[in-house]
Parts: sequence; structure tokens; C-alpha cells
Amino acid sequence: MLNKLNIKQAREGLKNKDFSSVELTKACLDRIKETDEKVHAFVTLTETEALRGAQEADKLILSGQDLPLLGIPITIKDNFSTQGTRTTASAKVLEDYIPPFDSTVVAKLKASGMVMLGKTNMDAWAHGSSTETSDFGSTKNPWNTEHLPGGSSGGAAASVAADQCIAAIGSETAGSIRQPAAWCGVVGLKPTYGRVSRYGVVAMGSSLDSPGPLTKTVEDSALILEVLAGQDKLDATTSPKDVSKYSEDTKLKTKNLVIGVSEEYFNGVDPEVAERVKGAIKLYEKMGAKIETIKLFDPKYAIDVYTIIQRSEVSSNLARYDGVRYGSARQSFGEEAKRRIMFGTHALSSGYYDQYYNKASKVRTVIIDDFKKAFEKVDVIIAPTSPSLALPVGATKDAAMFGELADILVEPSSIAGLSGINIPVGFSNSNLPIGMQIIGPQFAECSVLQTAYEYEQETKDEDWRKKEPEL
Amino acid sequence: MKYNLVCGLEVHVELRTKSKMFCACSADYFGKEPNTHTCPVCLGLPGTLPVPNKKAIEWCIMVGLALNCEINLFSKFDRKNYFYADLSKGYQISQYDLPFAKNGHIILKSGKKIGITRVHMEEDTGKLTHAQVNGENASLIDFNRSGVPLVEIVTEPDFDNAEEVKEYLQRLQQIVRYLNVSDADMEKGNMRLEPNISLRREGQTGLPDYKVEVKNINSFNFVGKAIEFEIKRQTEILDQGEKPAQETRGFVESNSSTKSQRSKEDAQDYRYFPEPDIPPLRITKNYIDGLKEQMPELPSAKLARFVEEYDLSTYDAEILTREKNMADFFEACVNDGKEFGINAKQIANYIINKKPDINELLPAQLVQTIVQATKVADVGEDKLNEIIDKILSEQEKAVNDFKSGKETVIMFLVGQVMRQFPEKIDSGKVKESLLSKLK
Repeated sequence: MLNKLNIKQAREGLKNKDFSSVELTKACLDRIKETDEKVHAFVTLTETEALRGAQEADKLILSGQDLPLLGIPITIKDNFSTQGTRTTASAKVLEDYIPPFDSTVVAKLKASGMVMLGKTNMDAWAHGSSTETSDFGSTKNPWNTEHLPGGSSGGAAASVAADQCIAAIGSETAGSIRQPAAWCGVVGLKPTYGRVSRYGVVAMGSSLDSPGPLTKTVEDSALILEVLAGQDKLDATTSPKDVSKYSEDTKLKTKNLVIGVSEEYFNGVDPEVAERVKGAIKLYEKMGAKIETIKLFDPKYAIDVYTIIQRSEVSSNLARYDGVRYGSARQSFGEEAKRRIMFGTHALSSGYYDQYYNKASKVRTVIIDDFKKAFEKVDVIIAPTSPSLALPVGATKDAAMFGELADILVEPSSIAGLSGINIPVGFSNSNLPIGMQIIGPQFAECSVLQTAYEYEQETKDEDWRKKEPEL
Repeated sequence: MKYNLVCGLEVHVELRTKSKMFCACSADYFGKEPNTHTCPVCLGLPGTLPVPNKKAIEWCIMVGLALNCEINLFSKFDRKNYFYADLSKGYQISQYDLPFAKNGHIILKSGKKIGITRVHMEEDTGKLTHAQVNGENASLIDFNRSGVPLVEIVTEPDFDNAEEVKEYLQRLQQIVRYLNVSDADMEKGNMRLEPNISLRREGQTGLPDYKVEVKNINSFNFVGKAIEFEIKRQTEILDQGEKPAQETRGFVESNSSTKSQRSKEDAQDYRYFPEPDIPPLRITKNYIDGLKEQMPELPSAKLARFVEEYDLSTYDAEILTREKNMADFFEACVNDGKEFGINAKQIANYIINKKPDINELLPAQLVQTIVQATKVADVGEDKLNEIIDKILSEQEKAVNDFKSGKETVIMFLVGQVMRQFPEKIDSGKVKESLLSKLK
């Protein structure tokens, strides 16, 4: 049952020679074989490479090497370029594409000793919040395989929830880490835009994409962020700001924590979800935090802004798959990608640019200012991550704006480029996980992680934490 | 009916930076094995990102400054979206509404100002070759050129004739070469020219309601030919009471004509939007001042100074400043010449008349050559008279020719006399003595 360990536990076990990385990796691979027919978290499994990597890691451990992720089996979302391993972004167009280079995130993970188990499923091109639009079949929610895992990092979230791995790497444009983390009951950290390099991540919404970890604990997310964060000379949008010792800072208690709560983020939210999140807020109050009621713009405005900006960028980003290279004709684009290309192309067309893209950019600035004002008064903002529980399989059918609506509560902070995290706060009566998001200002990952860690510590012995998905 | 030419120019200049515009690949692609100067970034592979080349931006701003432009203190890159097989990303990174430089000018010899609308930075595309491969028609793509930095310089429609266009191009080429930011070699495609040509009825003002853009021009002379051809073609259409089509035409070298390539109906909507992968750039006054300090003296200033400082004719100064290394060589010679009493004019005359290979010659060597050439041996009056008498008696025919009015023969006699002396003597003195004897 080594596969159930989190990074911290696995690192300790490896260090104490309680088990080897090969044993740990095999436990994960066995679990994958046992469960992935039901869950379908993987697009490509890299078993041979994983075992070889684990052997290497064991040698290094024996020689006394200490790297932050040495010998730890991790899954990588299939939109991260991996040298020599096909990278499809779950899109048919890239079915046979094998990158000749590693994305910066993967290069950093490799340098930190990671063992890559495989590439996880996602909505094709990251276009969606269900993983149902993958060109290679939907991933299922490990807690109930009749339900969706969320997305687009659905495979990543499911692989963590199903204990197929120790941790996972996903990416978020607006909700793609936090929402599946919420639906699958795991921790999902979306760093500030520009904190983690996008180099080598198949582009979706270039001004929004943020790679980040999906983990079993808050501490694990902090550890991975510490590996990933930092300026990259291959990504001009990464920040030169110093990288904190997130793994240590996370455990510090925030003094005089002020939490903002905005009623706008509870409108139309599933009552069970709202109740659990409000319960968590009460718990913070009990722990000594000050709860401040704030008024943020109704998140519905963010939908329009996000949709226009993201679709416009998508229409341009997908232009390179022109049928000349990559071996697939343009007909192999799925419905959702085609819709987005047409929408974005229209929005950028001469005569419409001012009406759409330009106006959306202006409203984006207004939303950024709205958050700035809020963060003058509060350290973090707490809200439900998703307005609903994990929806049943098939929910995206004929719902062209499914993703935008499922992600309504994470879109405003995404278009403002803020930091945020989803942490599990319990289960519904139907035994589906409930997630809560903590939003912080740009580059305030420490505050976000600390706040999340406090809740996690306070509730670590609660019964719901002992639940396991039945697969 | 009489018409006047309305013509503006777009010129692309390829910079000679070491690396490409947005990646670390070598930009020195000319004549290299296809697809050897490429990387995931310039191939546009999924997930790759552009990181702008600081040097290229610096040079683009320098070109703007040299063309008397205002520099935008806030600038950005934009995506120009269009499909073409040689475009690896499906869009070209260019600049749309905030180019690095705008509102400049070049002044022609006549004193006429040609307005520069804008100077912006963009990336070059790959190159398509249509060839037979194993007996089949194939299109081959070479991405070595993909991502090489280009500066685009757009003028106002200020040209009245092909001569002005040619002079403008020569000046522009001279300026970028002075700045040492481009080889501006037409044959290597370092400089590409696209005139916009239309005609306006004599006496009318305002711009015509159509324009024809001509592409594929790879020499300054061909621009003139393209313009002449278009004037003729468009005149014929206008004379029939019709309006020439708004279109892009290609120059056909074989018969100096132009041929329709793309009409207005297929006009592209490039769907420009800000390049999200590159943050906007803030350029400070300090930075611009720093660039100005690094810039060499430009051709027009140098020419004016040569005339003033060295007392040269504009004609001579123009020849000497045409290329920067020539001007530098000249000034080095002037400096070396002072010690030997050789003045700037003597040096200028020598360089212009003898056209020495300045790459093979040191300034000091050139000065010595002039010193030797002007050194005159002192010849005694008696010795000279003796020799002159000898020559005059030997060259009876020449003497007769001279006396019968063929005065140019005097130089022949001077030469004959001088040949009798082993050392160099003053030819003026010889001529004088000869003339006095012949009279």
C-alpha cells in the first residue's frame, strides 16, 4: 500500500530505507493496472521508463543523495512536453507527436529526482472542465465512476485521488487545477501567473496558463511549488521575484489572519457545498482569524471576459496545427476545439476587436483592481471552488459553455493572475468530495499555503479524512 | 490625361544579430544546410515561447533614431495571424499599434523630406522551395530563416518619381550599414522592398482610392522599373475611365513588368492582438540617451562635417562618406598626413582618382605614397635648359604640331623631358620652361 503515501511520508520511507523507489513505483504501477480501466486517468503510461528511473533513484539514495523529489512517482498532465514521450494534450491532432525537448516544469522535476509514471488525461487542448472532451476517452471520478473528475486536469486529480501516484502535475487556465481537485477531493495549487514557467506546456490561454501541483497534502503542494517556481529564461512572462522556502514557510502560522468572504461567491452554489465551506470559515474564526465580509464583483462578469480572451488566444495558439506538420489534418480537431477556434477568430476579426477583445481586456483590468482593493483589507479570500459537486458522466453533452459555468468561481481570480488553492473540506451525503478555495494576491503563495495548512492540521483527525475511494 | 505618382515604400531590413529574434539559434543562415539553424522555438513546436532578443530591439530603436523618429516609451509585440506553410506558428510576431519608432524622415539631396511613418520589429518566416524530389513535385520548407529579426520601415506616400525612391533606398541602406546593424545586401535578401503605387490626376490632392503593392523586388533598379511599368499600366486603365484594382502584384524580372498576385477580395484580416507571451516593454529616456551615445556619426552629418572641416566639395565628400569604412580611412589618412604636410584635399583627390583598395592599404602607407608622388627634385636651371633643347631638337614633329595650334602636344613634350631625369621633377616648372622656349 506504498502508493497511498504522500510525498513527505514517501521521502521519509526512502530515506530510512524502509522501502526502495522501485518498490514504491511498482506499488503505484500495480494500482494503476488495477484501477485505470475504471478511472482512465492515463493517456500514456511510461512503465519501463518509470522503473528505470526508480532504479536510478535508488542508486542515488544509496549514495547519500538528497533531492526534493528523489524516487517519488509522479504523473504529468499530457500537455507538458516530455522529451521522447508522446505529448498529445489529449488531442487526436497530436496523437503521434513526440517532443524533442522537455518543458521547463518536467526538466525541473527530473532534476529533482522525480520518477515519471506517465502522462495523464485531460480535456483535449485543456478545453474543458470535465475531461469528458478528451479525444482519448473520458476520465472518471474515483469516488464514483458514474461521475466526472472535473478538468481539464481531470486525469491528474483522479490519479492522486485513486492513489495511483504520490503526486501529480497539472495546469490551470481558469480552474483546471482547482476544480478537478475539488471534485476529486485532493489539494490543487494554482500559482500566480508567471510564478511557474509555461515553457513547453501546450498553450491554451497564454495570458492565463499556470502550471501547478495536485497533491494529497498542502505540504506536498508547497514542496513541489518550491521545485517549480522561479524565473525561466525560456519564458519571458516568468517573474524575477525570489522563490520562498514554501515547504518550510507553509508551516508557519499567519498572525492576525484576515479572511475575506464575499456573498457573490455563494450565489447559486449547491447547499451542501456552501454549508461545508461556511463551516470551514467558522472554524478559522474559532482558530483566531478575523472574518471580513467583502464585496467583490459578481463572478458572472468574469465569464465573458475569460471566454473572449481565452478563445481569442486559443484561435491563434492552435493555428500552428495547420495540417502541414504533426501528421494530422485539421479535420481531426474535436468539436470543442473547432468551436473555440471559430469563436476566437470572430472575436479578433477586424471590426469586432474593439467590441470584444479590447473591451474584455479593459474589464479584466477592472477585475484586477477589484481584487487589489479587496486585498488591502484582507489577507486571503475564501469561497467554494465549484458551485456544484462532481457532475454525472455526460453532463457536458450539448453544453458549449459547460466549462465556463463550472469554473465561474475560479475564473475571476484566474483572469487577475492570482494565486489560489483548493483543499478538501469534506464530503456530500452522496459521498462526493467538497472543495474550498483560498485565493491570495499575486505571489502570495505563502499566505495561501499557510491558510490551507492550518485548516488541514486542525481537521486532520476528522473521520471524513479516512475515507478511501472504492475501486 | 496627366497623372502624378503617389508612392510610399515598405522596406524590410534583416538585422545581423548573432542570434534570432526569439530564440538562441544562429541568425547567420545564408547558404547554410537547410533546417540546421533551428530549435523547438523557431520551429514553433507546441508549448515553446518567444523570448525577445535585446540586441535586436536596441538596433531597431537605433534605426528609428537614425531616421529622426520619435521612440515610443511604451511598446509591445503583437501577433499577426495568417496561414502560410513557411510560418511555423500560424502567426508572425510583429508590432501593430505601438511600433518602437514613428514619425521620422530622411532628407533627400534636393532638400525634400520623405516622411517615415513607422519603424517596427518583427520576425522573418521560413523559406519554401518548390522542387522535384524523386520525380515528384514537392514543396520543401527550410526554417533556418524562421525567426531572424527584421526591421520594417514604412514611409509616407511622399515619392514623386522613381529617382527619389532610389535615392531614399540608397540613403537607408547607407544608414543601416553605418549603424552596422545589417549588411543590407540585396542579393542575400537582407533588404526587401515593397512600393505602394497609385496615380492621382494632376492638380488633385488627397490620396487615390486604390493602391497597388508590388512585391518580389530585389534590386534598387527594379523598383524604378516596377514604378515605371505601373505608371504606364495604371495610366492606361485610368484613361479608359476605369479604376485600377486594389491588389498585390509581383515584379517579373524577365520583362520588367508586374503581375497580379492577390486581389482585394482575398485581402487578409490579420486579427492582430497583443502577443501574450511577451510582456509589454517600457523604454526609458535614459536608455534612449544611452543608445544615442553609442550611435556613430551618421552619413548626412559626416558629409556636412567633411565639407566644413576639410574644405572638400560636396561631390568629393559624398564619395568619401558613402561607406563608413572609407570615411574612417580617409580621416585616418588626414591625421597621418599632417606630419608630412599632406592636406585633406590631396588625400581626397588621391583616394577618389586612384581608388586604392583600402582593405589592403594602411593609412600611413597611402600618405607615404602621396609624399613620394609629390616630392620634387631640385633641378638646376642650366641642366633643365640643356635637356629641353635636346628634346626640342629631337621632337621636330611635335614642335611643329604645337606651333600649328595643337597645343595639347605640350604634355607629350613635358613627359619626354621628365623621362630624361632619374628623379622626379616638378612637371609645372618643365611645362613653363618649354612654353617660354616654344613661343
